[in-house]
Amino acid sequence: MTQQQTAGPPAAGHDLAEEFLDRRTPLSRIRNVLHRYPALSPAIVLLVAVIVFGLLNDRFLRVENLSLITQQVAVVGTLAIAQTLIILTAGIDLSVGAVMILASMVVAQIAVGNGFPGPLALLAGLVIGLAAGAFNGFLVTRFRLPPFIVTLGTLNIFIALTLLYSGGSTVRGSSMPDLLTWTGSTFPVGPVRISTGVVMMLLLYVAMAFILGKTAWGRHVYAVGDDKEAARLAGIPVNRVLMSVYLAAGAVLAIGAWIQIGRTNAASPNAGVDLNLDSITAVVIGGTSLFGGRGSVWGSLLGALIVGVFRNGLSLAGLDVLYQTLAVGILIIIAVSVDQWIRKVKS
Amino acid sequence: MTATDVQSAKPETRQPILQARNLVKTFGRVVGLDGVSLDLYPGEVLAIIGDNGAGKSTLIKCLTGAEIPDSGELTVSGQQVHFKRPQDARAHGIETVYQNLAVSPALDVASNLFLGREERLPGPLGKIFRVLDTKGMRRKAKEELTRLGISTLQDVTVPVENLSGGQRQAVAVARAAAFGSKVVVLDEPTAALGVRESNQVLQLVRDLRDRGLPVILISHNMPHVFDVADRIHIQRLGKCAATITPESHSMTDAVAIMTGAATA
Repeated sequence: MTQQQTAGPPAAGHDLAEEFLDRRTPLSRIRNVLHRYPALSPAIVLLVAVIVFGLLNDRFLRVENLSLITQQVAVVGTLAIAQTLIILTAGIDLSVGAVMILASMVVAQIAVGNGFPGPLALLAGLVIGLAAGAFNGFLVTRFRLPPFIVTLGTLNIFIALTLLYSGGSTVRGSSMPDLLTWTGSTFPVGPVRISTGVVMMLLLYVAMAFILGKTAWGRHVYAVGDDKEAARLAGIPVNRVLMSVYLAAGAVLAIGAWIQIGRTNAASPNAGVDLNLDSITAVVIGGTSLFGGRGSVWGSLLGALIVGVFRNGLSLAGLDVLYQTLAVGILIIIAVSVDQWIRKVKS
Repeated sequence: MTATDVQSAKPETRQPILQARNLVKTFGRVVGLDGVSLDLYPGEVLAIIGDNGAGKSTLIKCLTGAEIPDSGELTVSGQQVHFKRPQDARAHGIETVYQNLAVSPALDVASNLFLGREERLPGPLGKIFRVLDTKGMRRKAKEELTRLGISTLQDVTVPVENLSGGQRQAVAVARAAAFGSKVVVLDEPTAALGVRESNQVLQLVRDLRDRGLPVILISHNMPHVFDVADRIHIQRLGKCAATITPESHSMTDAVAIMTGAATA
């Protein structure tokens, strides 16, 4: 034992407050601000994108076009809420689109094929969403499988179930009860036409932002994603929180199914193949960290809008779809790089 | 020198806050604890030292509910207790700071202090909408930090990951010491820290003691132990080899007892 290595006297006073924050350079100050407000960077990107596309083509900023973008974003935006919840717990859900399509097929078939009234059909969709969420959550919490693997498996299972159940045929909106396609109806607000589905998506965002930001459950979701072990030691029932997150995501996806039926005026088993990954894209561009515990639903809304604005703006600028996809790819890589850089904020 | 009964400035008439009598814990044929007794008095720092495998961690786990002893008695403030889970120990005011720092990096200081025991707003907002009382929790967090004499954490709204290692340890210790806890158990609190940050944490331990909160400190670091402890419990081969004080013995003596080269 090394005795001579005696620790020095206790620190003279508490002159340690100055090392509180890393405020050395302007760059690290910017990083601190971005770190504190994760929705700030996507907000800046969206603003710049809108200005640039507005300058490139004066049709872009017309109210009809902006209204169209919001409608194009409604479904992905809703799925992104569910995706955000799961990514905040350091998970990922590859099956959100598949769950949504399965729920929409069940809603449509039960209403049209079995003649159930609209509200009951929607309730059945909610049950499907919750059951799918419970299945994912059960595999993640009980068998301790990585969410990536679980949802990769259930993605295929849900796609297969959808095709088996529907027989591969599309149900047209005109044959459905009005309630099911109500989400596709629009109403005028001044010169703009807003669709009910968009309003529904925005209400979901408000509700989820409130729950995540203002309730103990929300804080526990962040804590579980941040450091599972620390959360457990602090007395948080980690598995119960995870399970509730997958259930909540399932419920949101069921509402997404309703919005999807209204938006496309149909329920098709082949729709929404891209939606699984598009929701992850929106969340990532929105500044939510794939490592969990950091981010916000508002960021995901901004992320979904950014993708919508890019696709719409580039196509108005006369560029091929190919370039839209290219732009989205570059956006993802930039977003993740920025996230990594922001995470280095601790000295 | 009869070290086993050396008392520092603490009069023996005081009732121990935490008392263990003849704790035995075996793992199959391995004897982890072989009849260990321990007293913790109000306002003292009791260090527990010992070589690897001497039963330090088993002892601590039995005291904090992480392990259930095979036999022996445990009393908190004179009342007999049987801990089955860490939550039971916590319910009796025994809080543990784990070596791997149970704090949530992205949450701010106040949220970490209240993690797992959040408070809601009064009235319908809290009862029906379950809204957290963020302002109130921040205010209370500040009050607790002041009460505990933790001056290194000025701003309770800073995310913990922006803090230095010593400050994070302070958050973890504050979590354990706040809200009416009776005993704070620190498992190797300075193991991962630099010299300056270690001193910060040791000062914090002294401050807690001076405010009447007893601390159990497990450490490998002899200088730190001798710097801050009032009494030192030496574990050897599953038994308490001696309980000494920094005044009665030198570090060399303590190491000799720990390794069996001397018998107090």
